Amino acid sequence: MALKIVKGSIDRMFDKNLQDLVRGIRNHKEDEAKYISTCIDEIKQELKQDNIAVKANAVCKLTYLQMLGYDVSWAAFNIVEVMSSSKFTYKRIGYLAASQCFHESTDVIMLTTNQIRKDLSSPNQYDTGVALTGLSCFVTPDLARDLANDIMTLMSHTKPYIRKKAVLIMYKVFLKYPESLRPAFPRLKEKLEDPDPGVQSAAVNVICELARRNPKNYLSLAPLFFKLMTSSTNNWVLIKIIKLFGALTPLEPRLGKKLIEPLTNLIHSTSAMSLLYECVNTVIAVLISLSSGMPNHSASIQLCVQKLRILIEDSDQNLKYLGLLAMSKILKTHPKSVQSHKDLILQCLDDKDESIRLRALDLLYGMVSKKNLMEIVKKLMLHVDKAEGTTYRDELLTKIIDICSQSNYQYITNFEWYISILVELTRLEGTRHGHLIASQMLDVAIRVKAIRAFAVAQMATLLDNAHLLTGNTQRNGICEVLYAAAWICGEFSEHLEEPMVTLEAMLRPKVATLPGHIQAVYVQNAAKLFATVLRGHEGVPADSMVAQETSQLLIDRLPLFVQSSNLEVQERASCILQLVKYIQKLQQKDVEVAEEVTALFAGELNPVAPKAQKKVPVPEGLDLDVWINEPPSGSESEDEGRKSKGKAVFAKEESRHTKPRYTEVDEKELAKRREVRKAEQANNPFYIKASPSSQKVYQDGVGVEHIPVVQIDLSVPLKVPGMPMSDQYVKLEEERRERNKADKKKKKDKKKREKGEKGRRRRGDSGPESEEDITPAHMVDIVTEEMPENALPSDDDDKDPNDPHKALNIDLDKPLADSEKKLPVRSHRPDEVLKSPMEDRQVVEVVPEPKKKTGKEKKEKKDRKKSKEKKKKHKQEEEEDLMGAGSEEPVQPEETKEVAAPPPASTPEAAAAPASTPRTASGMAAVAPDSEPEEAKDTEPEETKSSTHKKKKQKKEKKKKKHHHNHSDGAGDESVQNGTVEEEEPLPPMSNYALLAENSYIKMMKQDADKVCDIQGNLQDGSQVVVSVIFENKCDSFIKSMEFNVLDSLNSKLQRPDGAGPHDGLIVPFQLPPGISNEARFIFSVQNIVMPQKLKGTLTFIVKTDDSSTHEKLDFKLHFTCTSYLITTPCYSDAYSKLLESGDLKGCSLKLEGVNQPFHHLLARICFHHHFSVVERIDSCASMYSRSIQGHHMCLLVKTADQTVSIDAKCDEPGLLGNVLDEIKLTFSQC
Amino acid sequence: MWTLERNEDTEQQIIRETFHLVSKRDENVCNFLEGGMLIGGSENRLIYRHYATLYFVFCVDSSESELGILDLIQVFVETLDKCFENVCELDLIFHVDKVHNILAEMVMGGMVLETNMNEIIIQVDAQNKMEKSEAGIAGAPARAVSAVKNMNLPEMPRNINIGDISIKVPNLPSFK
Repeated sequence: MALKIVKGSIDRMFDKNLQDLVRGIRNHKEDEAKYISTCIDEIKQELKQDNIAVKANAVCKLTYLQMLGYDVSWAAFNIVEVMSSSKFTYKRIGYLAASQCFHESTDVIMLTTNQIRKDLSSPNQYDTGVALTGLSCFVTPDLARDLANDIMTLMSHTKPYIRKKAVLIMYKVFLKYPESLRPAFPRLKEKLEDPDPGVQSAAVNVICELARRNPKNYLSLAPLFFKLMTSSTNNWVLIKIIKLFGALTPLEPRLGKKLIEPLTNLIHSTSAMSLLYECVNTVIAVLISLSSGMPNHSASIQLCVQKLRILIEDSDQNLKYLGLLAMSKILKTHPKSVQSHKDLILQCLDDKDESIRLRALDLLYGMVSKKNLMEIVKKLMLHVDKAEGTTYRDELLTKIIDICSQSNYQYITNFEWYISILVELTRLEGTRHGHLIASQMLDVAIRVKAIRAFAVAQMATLLDNAHLLTGNTQRNGICEVLYAAAWICGEFSEHLEEPMVTLEAMLRPKVATLPGHIQAVYVQNAAKLFATVLRGHEGVPADSMVAQETSQLLIDRLPLFVQSSNLEVQERASCILQLVKYIQKLQQKDVEVAEEVTALFAGELNPVAPKAQKKVPVPEGLDLDVWINEPPSGSESEDEGRKSKGKAVFAKEESRHTKPRYTEVDEKELAKRREVRKAEQANNPFYIKASPSSQKVYQDGVGVEHIPVVQIDLSVPLKVPGMPMSDQYVKLEEERRERNKADKKKKKDKKKREKGEKGRRRRGDSGPESEEDITPAHMVDIVTEEMPENALPSDDDDKDPNDPHKALNIDLDKPLADSEKKLPVRSHRPDEVLKSPMEDRQVVEVVPEPKKKTGKEKKEKKDRKKSKEKKKKHKQEEEEDLMGAGSEEPVQPEETKEVAAPPPASTPEAAAAPASTPRTASGMAAVAPDSEPEEAKDTEPEETKSSTHKKKKQKKEKKKKKHHHNHSDGAGDESVQNGTVEEEEPLPPMSNYALLAENSYIKMMKQDADKVCDIQGNLQDGSQVVVSVIFENKCDSFIKSMEFNVLDSLNSKLQRPDGAGPHDGLIVPFQLPPGISNEARFIFSVQNIVMPQKLKGTLTFIVKTDDSSTHEKLDFKLHFTCTSYLITTPCYSDAYSKLLESGDLKGCSLKLEGVNQPFHHLLARICFHHHFSVVERIDSCASMYSRSIQGHHMCLLVKTADQTVSIDAKCDEPGLLGNVLDEIKLTFSQC
Repeated sequence: MWTLERNEDTEQQIIRETFHLVSKRDENVCNFLEGGMLIGGSENRLIYRHYATLYFVFCVDSSESELGILDLIQVFVETLDKCFENVCELDLIFHVDKVHNILAEMVMGGMVLETNMNEIIIQVDAQNKMEKSEAGIAGAPARAVSAVKNMNLPEMPRNINIGDISIKVPNLPSFK
């Protein structure tokens, strides 16, 4: 054997390993792709070999290649193979590869579930660790659901190494499987106080992540965290907690008040910058959440600002960056305290680090005032000039615009200055923000009436120098400003000094290279200018030549645009061209046209609020989706005809056609149509009107015309020759302010009056110049944006519905409903036994009792026990007493009380765990359908008693975990009704156990140690049953070397690792210190599920006391009921009826007399214990469905009348059906 | 270590972009970078440290403390140093798997698992020991060959500046 291995490894030692691969790639820099493809071929060969070492090596190399960007998903199956190697070395390689390559769409992930579960329960902590690590990277919703129980169990593992990983991975599980959050939360909370700092930190980590997304659900943890914060010394944990508090305080101001003091103390005392920084951050959050009123409020702010200043002044760029970041948070609520550090922040603008400059920019936004705006912007403009790299420059540009336009231009006192700033910004090359500048220009020109003349002059200059802007590249975003310029010049052309010049500039051939939408605006506004020119020159005979020349200019230049490939341009141009031609004719006849032409463009445009359109409510009865006119149902040919005609209209060659059409429309008619349209619009409440008169309808205030506009302060020259320099304005502004100040007193009265009229500004008395003292150069009439009168309140933006964290918004404060105490489990493991903690404790002794205890077995066990017990009588005695009190008594009452339910319940549960069934002791007994539960119970207690009596030796008691679901507790009603059975309600107590994923449990206890075995059965596939056993050490000694063995039957076999003999035991992968419980899982393969099965088994272990150790043994029996092979499977009624009609099913029926429980309880019980789901329920009649692990369908029709329940059942496997019915009968006979 | 689902192309693009961003930064600028769209928007930041020719880049979201992550990188590097005994880039280049394994002890599924260097080293050593014992006799010949193969290692330049930082970009956008 060994020789073979050596030989194999010699064969493969010439394969490339990872290092060779890396070296090879480095040596083939030129033809890397080719080299790698040969390597991949080799790897494919290696993967075909049987030797796992070769495969692992290949997978290892693939992981590297994946990292280099090669797709290796084709090897996913091989990765799974390597993962399942029993050697840690290979396993680790496999998991690493999986964590890198697997994702949710990797289909082989489904195959890994069992492997991962096995690794999770591996005796080797590193196997478990590596599986957890891997799982954290590729967990899917399916895996999360299937493994949640296993991972939860690991959270209580004895090794902190495993605990911390298990705790941490729970976050991923929650994300993928939110239902697990509530059941898992109590345990997670416990881990906050774990003795191991790593585990504690992991728990803090997870809860902080959860709380960050849904803070309000975690408010109740505040006291606990508060305690941790004041006691922990781990900075990492402290930081997390403090960050968490930052998220919680906005929700609970009282918390904030409590926090301030300890945080302030930490700020003073800590030497760790990271901690200091987070403290400051949280203090800021607290202060923000407190709506002032705190006495030492300003002191705290001062402290923060002062500490931040220290950070910002530090030479460490990181601290500087963070300081600025935190400062910007303070800025929002306490701008004053930050403004005093303006110097520092401006200084940061000069920093060589872009990140820092950007942060400083953010701060500037909040620091501007009327007083310093110009100064700050001037500084920014300098930076714009100096800036390298367009990203930063663009950032500066947007910042400048943001700063200036914030709160409706609140800080701008001189709009001429602002316009010149905008114009200066247009000189930036290659900026992407042309449209931003353009929209600012438009906005200012439209809304600030007083500035229009100036703006128009500037824009005209811009248009004249358009070639500077368009430069060379077509993509240059800055040409967008021409759009604004053209529009402003056209719309407000009455302010133009020399409209002819501008008109000429707008019709230059070069314009045709601009983007289409800009050309279109050019053409349209050229027409407006034309109207202005006409008006200007008409009536004066000498000028009529000028007017005609203008017409000629248009007629000469417009054809260029008529040929444009842009439809919009083409259409507008040809329309206007025809119009001008017509006008020219009229001009030649000396007809006065100016007025009519001007009328084309009459009316004023008002700004409309951005969301105005959206806010218009749809009137009742208007269905926007309905056709206004029925679509023509004409034949295709007609359609085509129309289409081709349409095309012709726009095709260049056919432009002649258009001429006649358009010329027919004379101006009067145009005007007429216009009137008609206006009238229509006026009557149409949904049309947002442009005319000032109609504005009143929508605005409380007066129309634009009526808004008082400040006279322009004539001290500021209206025209700055050439391109304006904003700097000039800065100087002028300063002078003006000076003057203003001087004049102020004199003019006070007057101004007051003026202002009163304007209703805008109130002047303070003399004194130092305050913000308010700075009069704006223009009283800016900032026209309010229009909103439709019945605008609806703004809709909040919805959160991203795809945010995975949304699902975790779960209220954790509500006590767990009983039904929730267990993790929801996939339907194929419907039964869960829950064991409440109390019960656990009660668990008692260990009786290795198989579930069904036949008298013999019990006796045997007892005998064994006795022998063992002899050794340690004293201890046992004590224990016994305890146990007696704890376990026996409780157990019995439970049974009797819950009775009806319990025993049966246990059965099903146990059953549920298909294989599980090791029912030791009483629990088991209950489980076995065949067994008489009652007897079992009786016997058990007796046994225990007897054993205790006998020698107080250790007893192995089985506890019954709560198989007994208390139906009584549950309100079963609803659960049943909806067709799916919810086991929860009727069986609330069980849920806790469910967390443990137990269906039935066995306690196996020996002597001092009690082990409780919980059995969970999971049906993973047709022939496998998983039994989970919880071992609980009830004694004061250490239990180790546990070995679990089962005598295989023909039908059911314990799955043992490869190479183990059929009689070898499985080593339980852990040891148990006193008082500790742990869980192991065993997989059984089952061939025939028609008959219930019993397996005998033995647990051997060593009890180690201080001075000696003894070898002990515990026998038990595993009982697999037929019910345990059933999986709760939902079924829809239509599928159900089809199934019944198919005729493949054989029938059988059962009558139960004297059942006096409510029907819904009865159904709940069947569902819970026997894994059925309700398909349909009508009054006292219900149809139910279940399926076996091997796919047998089982249908029940349950009717009840006068304490008699009749069950008609059908199944394609009569044997199975018979046994299940027997089991059901048994269940109810125990009620 | 990719904890988010992405295909290989996006990964490579992110790595390239990250390298591009990080490598052109001056020595004395701050170690944080605003997240681009690629790494998941403004909530995420790149935090890096620069050691000789190596950059260690972490991508984290707002739940992590910036300075804390810098410390974490320091711990990571010190751990590497201990585990490889005077780590150099070549160690990292040729033993990517080991680097991953070490990292896995510190960060799991995008969340910080352990920050205590001693604890990390104990766990890493224990696993290495296990690996060695498993290799046992069967591994001996392979090890011998590998030793021979490595004989010519010293010929390789000791201080190459590798342009591709992909092997050392532990990218841990925490969650999403």
